[in-house]
Amino acid sequence: MLLQLLLLAACLSVGLYAAVRLGADRASEATFDAVLGAAAGSLAEEVRVAEGGITVDLPPATFSMLSAMGEERIFYRVDVDGAPVTGYADLPLPEQLPTALAPSFYDANYRDTDVRIAAILRSIRIDGRAAPLLVLLAETRQGQGAIAARLGNRAAVLGLAIFLAAIPFSLYFARSFLSPIDRLAEAVGRRGARDLRPLRHPAPSELQPFVTALNSFIARLRGTLSQTETFLAEAAHHIRTPLTVMRNEAELALRQSGEEETRARLRGLIRAADESARSASQLLDHATVLYRAEQADWAEMDLAKLVRDLVERFRPAAEMRDISVRLEVRGTLPTRADPVLVEAALRNIIDNAVKYSAPDGLVEVMAEAVAGEARVTVMDRGRGLAGVVDQGLKRRFRRGANVSDVPGSGLGLTIVEEAAQAMGGSFAIGPREGGGTCAVFSLPLL
Amino acid sequence: MRGLFAAASVRLVCGVLWLALAAAGARGFETEAMQDFGTGPQRIDVLSTTDIAYMQPVIDAYLVRHPDVTLHYVVASSQEVYRAVAEEEAPFDLVISSAMDLQMKIANDGLARPLPAALMSGQPGWARWRDLLVAVTQEPVVLLLGRDALPPGTPAPTTRRELIDLLRDHPDRFRGKVATYDPAVSGAGYLFAAQDARLSDAFWRLAEVMGRLDAKLYCCSAGMIGDIAEGRMLLGYNVLGSYAPGNDADGLRIVELQDYTLTLLRTALVPERARAPEAGAEFLAFLLSAEGQALVAEGAGLPALDADAFDRNPHLRPIRLDPGLLANLDQITRRRFLEEWRAALIQP
Ligand SMILES: Nc1ncnc2c1ncn2[C@@H]1O[C@H](COP(=O)(O)OP(=O)(O)O)[C@@H](O)[C@H]1O
Ligand SMILES: [Mg+2]
Repeated sequence: MLLQLLLLAACLSVGLYAAVRLGADRASEATFDAVLGAAAGSLAEEVRVAEGGITVDLPPATFSMLSAMGEERIFYRVDVDGAPVTGYADLPLPEQLPTALAPSFYDANYRDTDVRIAAILRSIRIDGRAAPLLVLLAETRQGQGAIAARLGNRAAVLGLAIFLAAIPFSLYFARSFLSPIDRLAEAVGRRGARDLRPLRHPAPSELQPFVTALNSFIARLRGTLSQTETFLAEAAHHIRTPLTVMRNEAELALRQSGEEETRARLRGLIRAADESARSASQLLDHATVLYRAEQADWAEMDLAKLVRDLVERFRPAAEMRDISVRLEVRGTLPTRADPVLVEAALRNIIDNAVKYSAPDGLVEVMAEAVAGEARVTVMDRGRGLAGVVDQGLKRRFRRGANVSDVPGSGLGLTIVEEAAQAMGGSFAIGPREGGGTCAVFSLPLL
Repeated sequence: MRGLFAAASVRLVCGVLWLALAAAGARGFETEAMQDFGTGPQRIDVLSTTDIAYMQPVIDAYLVRHPDVTLHYVVASSQEVYRAVAEEEAPFDLVISSAMDLQMKIANDGLARPLPAALMSGQPGWARWRDLLVAVTQEPVVLLLGRDALPPGTPAPTTRRELIDLLRDHPDRFRGKVATYDPAVSGAGYLFAAQDARLSDAFWRLAEVMGRLDAKLYCCSAGMIGDIAEGRMLLGYNVLGSYAPGNDADGLRIVELQDYTLTLLRTALVPERARAPEAGAEFLAFLLSAEGQALVAEGAGLPALDADAFDRNPHLRPIRLDPGLLANLDQITRRRFLEEWRAALIQP
């Protein structure tokens, strides 16, 4: 900014110098020409005809006056009838003779210096006839150049000084104009992720439209976000409720029906309802993860406690399939995370482990602090991944080739990966030594 | 030896060392005297209208400081000095002349070299022209009265008007006893007369009065001073006062007329063709220094530059050192002026 201003100041001064120099040159040339022309005129008046021929009475004051304007060097030449009569006979003549009315001015090089010459044409009467009298008066123009240069220099220095003086002021004004914006930006930046209150910061009147626009934007954002939240909750409700109703009705019918064919159909119906409910809840989970990851609404939480609670909730469902869950957690694992996201992630991992284990299988869950991370490891002795790389399985709706007999949506690992990434953690899944699968989910320790 | 403007002043050269006169033949211009000072390897060639004796004290003092210098000093008349520089392009390192107009023409025509700024900066405006020409002395042009010039009981004239009255009132006393320059012969005489004609209406009347008294015309101040000192003349008009003895022993009286007294500036320049211009300028700088000026004033009796003199004595008028002097050299102007002068002086 300062550099640009300095550059601008320099450019402006150079421009000012050139402009003033040019103007001064023109103006002073006109002035000097006027004086030179008048001097040539008074010189011409001193040329007269007497009995003895032509007489000249050169007025020294004329030369003195010319020289006084800048200590110039003076040359003159008087021609009568086209022949030099007195003065410097080799002073260059004008290309075009002046008229009798006005002197003509021209530049020439004489005796190795540049001179300005005024030429005056008159006629005088010699021997009863009119003869042309040509008077040339030349002067060097060092004074004029010096005056123009001095004016130009002065203008440049003055301009430079003014521009330089203006720089701190413009910087000051720019800063004092920008500082409310900076303050606003700071105030907005300091806010928590979920803080969508309108700005009430004092701002100068010029910034009022900006603040108003920002506030209306915040209001719209708030509206959209709350709409999304409501939509997700309602969607879950609207899908789950009819499915539950349908499942309950089917179970009731199953209990009352004695016909084997109908019972088989009802069992299929119940399984389909379960599958749909799971798919729907995973879809909603996925949407929730995306939404919450965007919100980045982290809070301090204990991962160990969350794992413990979660495993306890899983245990009954696992035991129904004769699968035992072993939990190994010590102490606390403080992290900064969104408990909803963490829970969704871990739920999907444990769900997979239970789902893909054979009856009588053992699922081991360990939570520990390793190398600055809170790490949750879930291991099973189930069917394993059959050599599929975990990257592929993490894609949306991607399922393994060896799980067609088990219902699933293929969204589980996607949710886990997205949750881990949103909170600065990591997730890996791979084959377990001696058979089965090992999934590792970790978050940075606080 | 006091002929400063002598066009052919051989007859005035007395007591001057005529060294290397043969060498003068090799030059295209006529010299009157020349002398080498010092024996050092650095040579400075000085061409001057001022006689050697006047410059000797300054040169000697300079050589004491600069033992490495050989100063070759050549004296010539002002016309010959001009010819040497303007026409022969003789390679002198410093040119000093009392002919202000000729020096001005050399400078104006681009034949002089710019002098060092340090040298010019101390000089008052009237004592310099551009950075080319600088005055080294200022010499009043005076009325010189002989021992018996004034009738008993008559006071000395203080203005031209009073001088005219004095001459008119005592025609018999002054007939054939008034001396002045012949402007047709003397460049200085012409310069003084032309300045007089521009400055004073009384000048032409004075010329007429002097003509009626059969004034005697001289080529040089020295001749006038000699004749007045010896009583052949009573009164000299437009005498260069610096050459008059000015002591009461001769009974001579120097009068600076109060209506105005012209002051001639002896000027110096370094020619374009100089072989050692720096050395020439250095000697000039010494000449202009306080010490050099004191030596000029006391040792040589030439009046040193003194700006205050013009404040103390408002009647002193320095002859303007500017291209106005060029008008003085215009041949047609000169012819016309001399015709008028002759007409005033020689009445039918
Ligand atoms: N513990 C596990 N044991 C065996 N395979 C698993 C395990 N966890 C995940 N997989 C494989 O990864 C695939 C993707 O898992 P996921 O995204 O949860 O989908 P889903 O479980 O709905 O099929 C599964 O289909 C399965 O092939
Ligand atoms: Mg799954």
